[in-house]
Amino acid sequence: MSSTEQTLTRAEAVPLSLRGPAPVSVVAGYGFWLFLLSDVVIFAALFAAYAVLSGESAGGPTATDLFDKRHELIETACLLASSVTCGFGSLAVQSEERSGTYRWMAITFLLGTAFLWLEVHEFSHMLSIGAGPTRSAFLSAFFTLVGTHGLHVTLGLCWLIVMLLQVATLGFRPMVRRRFFCFALFWHALDIVWIGVFTIVYLGGHL
Amino acid sequence: MSSEIRAQGVAPGVNASPHGTRQSYLIGLSYAVILTLASFWASSTDWIYPPGVPILLGVLAIAQMGIHLVFFLNISSAPDQTNNILALAFGVFVVGLLVFGSMIIMANLNHNMIPMDRLMQMQR
Repeated sequence: MSSTEQTLTRAEAVPLSLRGPAPVSVVAGYGFWLFLLSDVVIFAALFAAYAVLSGESAGGPTATDLFDKRHELIETACLLASSVTCGFGSLAVQSEERSGTYRWMAITFLLGTAFLWLEVHEFSHMLSIGAGPTRSAFLSAFFTLVGTHGLHVTLGLCWLIVMLLQVATLGFRPMVRRRFFCFALFWHALDIVWIGVFTIVYLGGHL
Repeated sequence: MSSEIRAQGVAPGVNASPHGTRQSYLIGLSYAVILTLASFWASSTDWIYPPGVPILLGVLAIAQMGIHLVFFLNISSAPDQTNNILALAFGVFVVGLLVFGSMIIMANLNHNMIPMDRLMQMQR
């Protein structure tokens, strides 16, 4: 390592006023981080609504009647595993390995689809026994919260397909790698929101 | 390139160490699996004093969120990550305000509301 590099490595060595504009990768990542935090605030509002309304079942089915813990454990496992394979995929993107990227991101896509399929299955079962969002305030809050998360996962899967097509057509340009990087942040953030969902909605409902 | 980024700060999710990252994902995965199984076990066991279970679930969930932030999103307390940490702290503050504020206000309103039968009598 040369001496100039060493001085640059220490952040305080260069005064803020002399550093010039930050590189695009830092600005894009930081901006996307701010977006993710604002998305988390949306989820916080839905969590607050659920926490207030979770007891108001209006004589209809309650959380204890509706939720099956084993089903939720499988859903959680799918999302957690997809988060890790997404991490492996973004390592492959960083080292510009095409086959590794396709393999890990395909596994991520399949696990995400499995999660979504389980959730749609659960929703359709609830609708078929008359526990739809119109039944009670509790179910309205439940469908809004879990449905918004599911919608995010759906959008994430669409984004993943677009990113794989961009790798196929454009290759690993800095632009494509930056977008992939933002996708990985998005996917990990969805997993963090899911921790709140399974703790408050599914496990809290059994207490 | 990397030294340039170091001088400017790091975007969230950028790992500081160039190698051994696959290992960090696997470490994060094992912690996350342990914490998830612990919270599923805690919600269905008789071994724990029942009023303590919600607190235990909350602690396990917050611990797992921390594990995800550190091992998957690569957030750390390094000096070049100050911006990310500050944004995260503000986000956590707003989330806490929103969730606990709503719960306290709604519990208070519930407490102060006239019981339904008295309300019916007043309307008559």
